[in-house]
Parts: sequence; structure tokens; C-alpha cells
Amino acid sequence: MYRYIINRLVLVIPTLVGAAALVFALMRLIPGDICVVRLASGGGTFNAHAVAVCHAEVGLDQSVPVQFVNFVIGLFRFDFGPSMWSGKPVSEEILARLPISLEVALLATVIAVLIAIPLGTISALKQNSWTDVVVRTVAIAGIATPSFWLGILVILAILDITQAISGTPWMPPIDYVSLWDDPIRNLSIVICPAVTVGYRYSAVTMRMTRSAMLEVLREDYIRTARAKGLIEKLVVNRHALKNALLPVVTLIGIEFAFLIGGLVVTEQVFNLNGIGRLFVLAVQNQDYTLTQALVMLTVVVFVLCNLIVDVLYAWLDPRIRYA
Amino acid sequence: MSPSDTTLPISAIDDDAPETRRSILERSLLFCRRQPLGTFGLALCIVMLIAGLGAEWLAPYSPTANDFSAMTEPPSWAHLLGTDQFGRDLLSRIIYGARTALIVGFSCAIVGGFVGLVLGVGSAYFGGRIDAWLQRVFDVLMAFPLIIMALAVVAIFGTGVQNVIVAITVPLVPRCARVVRSSALSIREVPYVDAARACGFGHVRIIMRHMVPNVMAPFLILITAFVGQAILAEASLSYLGLGVQEPVAAWGLMLQGGAEEYASTAPWIAVFPGLAIALTVFGISLYGDALRDVLDPKMRDR
Repeated sequence: MYRYIINRLVLVIPTLVGAAALVFALMRLIPGDICVVRLASGGGTFNAHAVAVCHAEVGLDQSVPVQFVNFVIGLFRFDFGPSMWSGKPVSEEILARLPISLEVALLATVIAVLIAIPLGTISALKQNSWTDVVVRTVAIAGIATPSFWLGILVILAILDITQAISGTPWMPPIDYVSLWDDPIRNLSIVICPAVTVGYRYSAVTMRMTRSAMLEVLREDYIRTARAKGLIEKLVVNRHALKNALLPVVTLIGIEFAFLIGGLVVTEQVFNLNGIGRLFVLAVQNQDYTLTQALVMLTVVVFVLCNLIVDVLYAWLDPRIRYA
Repeated sequence: MSPSDTTLPISAIDDDAPETRRSILERSLLFCRRQPLGTFGLALCIVMLIAGLGAEWLAPYSPTANDFSAMTEPPSWAHLLGTDQFGRDLLSRIIYGARTALIVGFSCAIVGGFVGLVLGVGSAYFGGRIDAWLQRVFDVLMAFPLIIMALAVVAIFGTGVQNVIVAITVPLVPRCARVVRSSALSIREVPYVDAARACGFGHVRIIMRHMVPNVMAPFLILITAFVGQAILAEASLSYLGLGVQEPVAAWGLMLQGGAEEYASTAPWIAVFPGLAIALTVFGISLYGDALRDVLDPKMRDR
């Protein structure tokens, strides 16, 4: 087991180095001098001295290899330099917005799993029945519905329903409070985005659960379990679901990493001041230090999720450990 | 689902055998009968295709014509889906938006798919060091979620239709190459490829005539899924204001700004463009699922 984990850890290194090199190169592909573009569009003082100061701030006054080494060292120390737009350290900007995004992501995962696994299982057990067709259609609709549109619809529904009940439209509060300070206020902010993101997430997981269950239900050991007279509930829970959930666990882990992508759009709809919104602001303001830090953060989260999933998988399935 | 869907393996073989001799029409009818959901999906796609291709003839108004005497009008006979905050006819903008969505969806899927096909088959065929290096590169590229990669590309090249196409195509390439490579790997070991090599055929001929046709089934399924993904990604980028720019009509763009502001007083501005996106991608996904059932025999009973 330890051998497997170490082997897997070693594989992470080239991916991370490659990603860092790619992000570094991409940000230097930008046509023109970042500082000139920024100063020219800012309308401030524009002279050689201002450009030089800006270069020194972003670290562009050094040679390219030195810049790359500094970038990598910065990654390890979680120091990405100052944001080109606000002037505050990039790590500070990110840390301030991380809790809310993490909370939405975790809640969305819980919602997705709670919906997807029971429905996917029922759908597989009753293959081609009406239940199955409905579940599959709901799942495909979940993949097809853009999350920002769903978010707008959710907001519309809340406005209309609260108006009908209390006479005045109610909107979730905008300013974030932590879960520990005021749990109800916190949840009222987070629940709608979590449901919106969670729907798509659950749709993907539901499809996976269904197809994995269908495959497992055809196995010989299921027939054996049924033949020895085991009640159906035990056949499904102990024999089928336990094995079918392996690929589902993988998918949940990988999709969790992709949630960041989903949050970019959803946070915009719900006006949440999280990582996703920061990303959009960074791109809009041409804030390259912030953009490259955020892209790198996404990649690290993705690679870590993959790593955790693989280790979990090996722990759950001995065939992988000893292969 | 019709009962014929749950065929036994034996009847499945019987059905397959003469398939090559059937005419295209017969095969299409067979597809419709066996895959009612897929046919429904295909019908949705065809409606959007017609809207996109014939936008000039179908749209009752110009998509950019402002009518300040009819701003945020609810749906009526004059404006079937109502008007937006600038007095533009929503139906016309949705019809023209179909064109934008289709251009982006198909260009990204086809270009990304073909580059991925070449890299994937090439990687599997040549193997060795080329394969190992390409795999590492794909590992790196796959570590970027699609929308994040697209945003990074937009950050560099800027917004607009062409840049959006580039931004969405780039992340699709490794995703295609991965799938194609894994199915091409199994074909490389098949005796007829050895035979072709023994005959002295060149690499290009072996790849084009023997490898590529055999990865067509997963490739087509993937391309179909890509069209949907690309349309969704374009809509998301445009919604964020980082994709297609005004005055071009695009569904995601229609939901930006005004749609949220006027959501409670003029919900039609927010509802219809989103419905267009959802229905199109829904149709493509249904069709893609049916295509997978038909093209991939292993998936037939799922």
C-alpha cells in the first residue's frame, strides 16, 4: 500500500511542473508588454520610469529562467506577488474568498451524492421502466441546463414565492458571515448556489451510478447471491452497490475538482464573493499575477483530488494495490 | 422504451448482420424505431440547425434593430417571445443566436476532434517515446478544467467569436486524444495491422485505412458530446462577458446584465434564451446517448 502511494505521489510531480511551466508560458504569450498595456489603459502617468517600477513589482525585470524559478518558489511559499489590479498580495485576495467557495463546493457534493446514488440505483434496478426513463431524462436535463440560467430561475422562483407568502420579495443576504458566527444566515446565502451547482453534479453521478450498477448486476456473484435465497435488499446493498460505488467514488472526486469551473459561473449569478468571481474579475481586469495564481490553484486542487481518489480506490479495491 | 430495446444478444447479432446491406433510409427508420428518445433529440437538433442556417428568412425582425416604443414588452402576436430592454425582438435574437451557437459548437468539436484524433491515433500507433511524451503533455492539459483553460486563453487573446472558438477548442484536444488513443491501442495489436505492415504499406496508409476507421465509433460519440459541451462553454463565457460580444446575438450574452436586472418584472428576457441553450444541449445529449447505444455494442443494454 505504501509503495503504491509513493509511486502515485511521484507521478504527480511531472504534471505539476508541466502545468506550472504552461501557466508561466501562457502568461508571457500575452501580446505586448503587460505593464505598458496596464499603464496605457489606466490613464495614469505613462513614462519609462513608471513602466520600470511596474516591471520590478511584477518581477519582469529579471531574465526568464530566473522568473520561472521565482514563480515555482512562490508556489511553494504560497506567495504570488501583489495583484496587478488591487495591489494587495494575491495570496491574501485568494484566502479571503476561499471559505465561501469551499463551503458551496462541499455542500453541493453532499447534495449531489444524496440525490444521485439512490436515484441511480433505483434507475438501474428498474431498467427501462418508467422510473428509469424519468430518472435518465432528469439526469440528461441536468447536464444540458446551463448553471447560470438555472441560477436565474432559482432566484426568480424565490422572489415570486416569498412575494406570494409574505407580500414582500425576499433575497438571500449578500454579505458573507461564517458558519460559526451565524449558521442560519450563512446557510441562506450558500444553499441556493449549492443546489444549482449540485444539480449538474448529481446528474453526472447519477448516470455513472446507473451504468456501474447495471454492469455489476450482471455479474455471477449477484446471481449466486440471489440463488442462495438472499433477500433482494441485501443483494443490492451488500453485493451490488458496494462494488458499483468504486467508479462512482472516482467520478465524485474528479467532479469535485471541476466544481471550481462551475463556481466561476454560479458565483456570478448569485453575487457571491468567492474564488470563481475573483477569477472572472482577474481576467476582466487583465490582472495576470492573479490569473496565473488562480489557474495554478485550480490545477493543484485537481491533481490533489485525483491523488486522493486513486489512494482511496486502492484502499477500497485490493486488486489495484497488488497489481 | 419499446420492448425491442431489451434484445437478447442473439437477436442483436441477427440484427447486425445485414445492416451493411440496408439502405440509409431503412437504417434511419430502424434508428427512429429503436431509439425514440434519440430521435426526439435529433429532431431538436434539426430544428436548431434550420434556425441557425435560415436565420435571415426565419427571423421576423433584425436581431439588432432597437424599437424604443416597445421595450420589455411581454410576449404578444407582434413579438412572439417579447422584447428585451432595448426593444429588440427576442425570437429574432434567439434564432440568430442559434447560428452563433452552431458555428462555435461545430467548429470547436470538429477542429478539436480532428486534432485529437490525429494525436491520439498517432500516439497509439508509434508508441514508445513519442507516446510517453504525448501522454505526459495530455496529463498536464487535462489538469485544467475546460472553462478555466478557456478563461486563461481568453485572458491572453481577448474576447470575440474567433477567440472563443480557439479558447474552447484547446481544452477539447487532449480529451479527444485520450479516448481515441485507448481504443486505437487495442487495434494496433490486431493481426491485420501487422499484415498491412508486412505488405510494406507506409505509416500514413496504415493509420488512415486501418486504424482510423476502427476508432470511428467512439470518435463520433465524443464529437457529438463535444458540440454540446462547446455550446455550453460558449454560453458561459458570453454570460460572463468574456465571450461573444455585442451586437452579435448569442444566447449566453442575452442572459447577461439585463436578464438579471429585469428578472422579476420581465422574466421572458431571462427564460427564453436559457431555454434555447438547455433544449439544444438536451437534444444533442439525447442523440449522443442513442448513438452510443447503436455504435457501441457493449453498451447496448445500458
